[in-house]
Amino acid sequence: MNAREEVLRRVRAARPAEQVVVPRDYEVAREPDDLVELLVDRLVDYKATVHRCTGDGLAGTLAEVLAGTERIVVPSGVPQEWLSAYQGDVMRDEPRPLAVADLDAPGIAVVTGCAVVVAETGTLILDAGPDQGRRALTLVPDHHICVVHNGQIVAGVPQALRRLADPTRPLTLVSGPSATSDIELNRVEGVHGPRRLDVVIVDR
Amino acid sequence: MKIALFVTCVNDLVFPGTGKAVVRILERLGHTVEFPVGQGCCGQMHANSGYRAEALPLVRNFVQTFDPYDAVVAPSGSCVAMVRDSYPRLVPGSASVAGRTYELSELLVDVLGVTDVGAVFPHRVTYHPTCHGLRMLRLGERPRALLRAVRGLELIELPGAEECCGFGGTFAMKNAGVSAAMLADKCGAIVDTGAEYVAAVDNSCLAHIGGGLSRRTASAQAIHYAEILATTPP
Amino acid sequence: MTGTGNIVARKAFPAAAKEKLTDTQLRANLRRATHTIRDKRLRVVGEVPDWEALRVAGAAIKDDVLSRLPELLERFEAAATAAGAVVHWARDAAEAAALVTDLVQATGTTEVVKIKSMATQEIGLNEELEAAGIAAVETDLAELIVQLAGDTPSHILVPAIHYNRSQIRDIFTRNGLSALTDDPPALAEAARRHLRAKFLSAKVAISGANFAVAESGTLVVVESEGNGRMCLTLPETLISVVGIEKLVPTFRDLEVFLQLLPRSSTGERMNPYTSLWTGVTPGDGPRTVHIVLVDNGRTDTLADEVGRQALRCIRCSACLNVCPVYERVGGHAYGSVYPGPIGAILSPQMSGEGANSTLPYASTLCGACYDACPVRINIPEVLVHLRQTGPHPAAERAAMRALSWTMRSRRRYAAALRAARRGAAPVRWATGGKVRRLPWPMSAWTAARDAPLPPKQTFREWWARERA
Repeated sequence: MNAREEVLRRVRAARPAEQVVVPRDYEVAREPDDLVELLVDRLVDYKATVHRCTGDGLAGTLAEVLAGTERIVVPSGVPQEWLSAYQGDVMRDEPRPLAVADLDAPGIAVVTGCAVVVAETGTLILDAGPDQGRRALTLVPDHHICVVHNGQIVAGVPQALRRLADPTRPLTLVSGPSATSDIELNRVEGVHGPRRLDVVIVDR
Repeated sequence: MKIALFVTCVNDLVFPGTGKAVVRILERLGHTVEFPVGQGCCGQMHANSGYRAEALPLVRNFVQTFDPYDAVVAPSGSCVAMVRDSYPRLVPGSASVAGRTYELSELLVDVLGVTDVGAVFPHRVTYHPTCHGLRMLRLGERPRALLRAVRGLELIELPGAEECCGFGGTFAMKNAGVSAAMLADKCGAIVDTGAEYVAAVDNSCLAHIGGGLSRRTASAQAIHYAEILATTPP
Repeated sequence: MTGTGNIVARKAFPAAAKEKLTDTQLRANLRRATHTIRDKRLRVVGEVPDWEALRVAGAAIKDDVLSRLPELLERFEAAATAAGAVVHWARDAAEAAALVTDLVQATGTTEVVKIKSMATQEIGLNEELEAAGIAAVETDLAELIVQLAGDTPSHILVPAIHYNRSQIRDIFTRNGLSALTDDPPALAEAARRHLRAKFLSAKVAISGANFAVAESGTLVVVESEGNGRMCLTLPETLISVVGIEKLVPTFRDLEVFLQLLPRSSTGERMNPYTSLWTGVTPGDGPRTVHIVLVDNGRTDTLADEVGRQALRCIRCSACLNVCPVYERVGGHAYGSVYPGPIGAILSPQMSGEGANSTLPYASTLCGACYDACPVRINIPEVLVHLRQTGPHPAAERAAMRALSWTMRSRRRYAAALRAARRGAAPVRWATGGKVRRLPWPMSAWTAARDAPLPPKQTFREWWARERA
């Protein structure tokens, strides 16, 4: 008997017979008073820097956040108007994908959108959509600037996961800059992922 | 109300004063206490040490002895937890008497609706919530509420109160070193409160804690809270 | 299948614990770390109004998985295969480690980067790779510390919990990683510099998985540092070693576990990074994806009606952090990669070898672990159950039998109480009521505490005289 058959045979022999009904009495849709305030509080708590602007002010705000950054990378779907006020060099991940060395260049930043955002946990969910790109783009650069539109924010994890168009796309949940709790179980920010995370919230 | 006292084996032999205290408290409140002499041990030590077969006759004896009573009271959180938590799984038909078996503070506060039992104890006391009382019976504030109502008693919070004292039945023997390390921390916390007494709902834990305090010649003493509640004005 | 690998204690727990108790530095480190995380966990759990409902749902989802495991495994395999992954099966640790080693060798590489994974620790993968001339580079900070120290992990989540910051700096310095100070940010920076080039050049990465979604073939890794994302994204080949109990039926079920796990493990509302991937995605991440499903004693555990709840475990380590025994002795005393309360019920069920039978006694049954467990594993219940099924010392068995025989008869019991009370009288007289030393086996008691003596009258004697 090969390993697959043997493991499956043993599982069949050992598993409990009774059927289990899963009680789902937990809350699926919480509605906090001010979703954006809650999100800002949670992002700041995890050492992300938060900026707020209107749709018209987005290009100006991004230019301010990127002041002093000479070169950025963006996924193919980031709209041109987001970057209309930015003076530096913009490298797009198309038509040819950028090399890892380009992404790892000192001082480089990446600007993306996101799919959905969880206010209660301060979590940005990236689903590799056109304005987010492949996973390496938001990983290798040391500075990530993520644009969140007000309507993308939900209160809790269940609402967020239910909003995702296709859960089989590569998904990355980002809550603050990279961090570790490995030394004396104290959280410190800044390890392998981007050490700076700026979140620009665009109010309607 | 006809209340049967389950004194527990440890109290019967080593701490009879605790049993007498329960009798005194309940009689003072106008209740009749009976002591069914057929009672023995609840079987906890056997069951928790992996001797279910040896525990079963003791469990059956308890059920048979106490089934006729409206309420059973025991001055021990862990024995009551054994009865309520394990009996229904061990012996069919024991759920009814298990449901009528109360730790003293449950009987006083929930069944009899009393928190002031008229005691007087002019001392500084700290309270250690024993694990089975805390996490299996969920006694919560009941014992503290009873102690707070005692005249003259100053109740001092015990830092790290919810941490186990390290007794754990046969654990104290099988893993004596770890048990002693946990005991040392518990005793240190008690001594640091400056209390004269450490009270709890279980004499087995208190024997361990009291023995530790006595070994380090601390002035704090272990006392079962029933013995505090049984005190009367001079 | 009886489990093998790094889940077998070589030394009996009491002896191993005794050694660890003499290490005061270890005690101080553990106390500091566990108390820090306890407070954090309580704070973030307290924020969630429906925490109990989430625990109940989490436990039920896992129980449902166990009852439908054959069908869910086959569904997972089919979905992952359809998405471009290659699924392999392993009966035990040796088979799994050999399988992974073959897969690595087939790529021709001699160095792999690794994400922290309990499954690969369990199967002894690093040892197997090393024997084949392949260097396995641990990239999780704590795992890296342990690897550089030539040590073994002592905690499920934070394998280096037994070291403090200055010890970690010493370990780094000895291995050529320079950190300016022993400040945690400086140490993290040193690790970043050390690993950066390896991430960017590695051809093969090895991971575990926190969850495996049956309906879609998706794997989930929950992490903090970004080392996981590096390993999951940059190398060409990804090999994931996954215990068969890691399944959840649907993507929707993650809405429960992604709330339970971070708050229970690091005491955060959400961990910094969670990655989900389904097979191969062209243009994004590895081009070759292998998944190795491992039994290694899990089906043995599944067969036990009471003990199978241990398979609900999501490896959060909350039970370790609240355990008073773990806090005093640390993880190495348990002799298995799964230490603490969950290890005390998991290791002996996965493998009956070695000294694992002493593990169910490594607990006072205080119940703090059960309260903290996000999937409501009744660890004290399983501990007692395993004490029931395991071996007993002959002298203890005889004493327990005699005690039970005495206590079950009213007359024998009353006589025994009387005899004990009488027997204590001369001791009481000689000691003034305070016994400082007793003969074996009670010497274990009087080593650390005085023993109480029965007074002149038992309760039932008093009752008979005064009330009856």
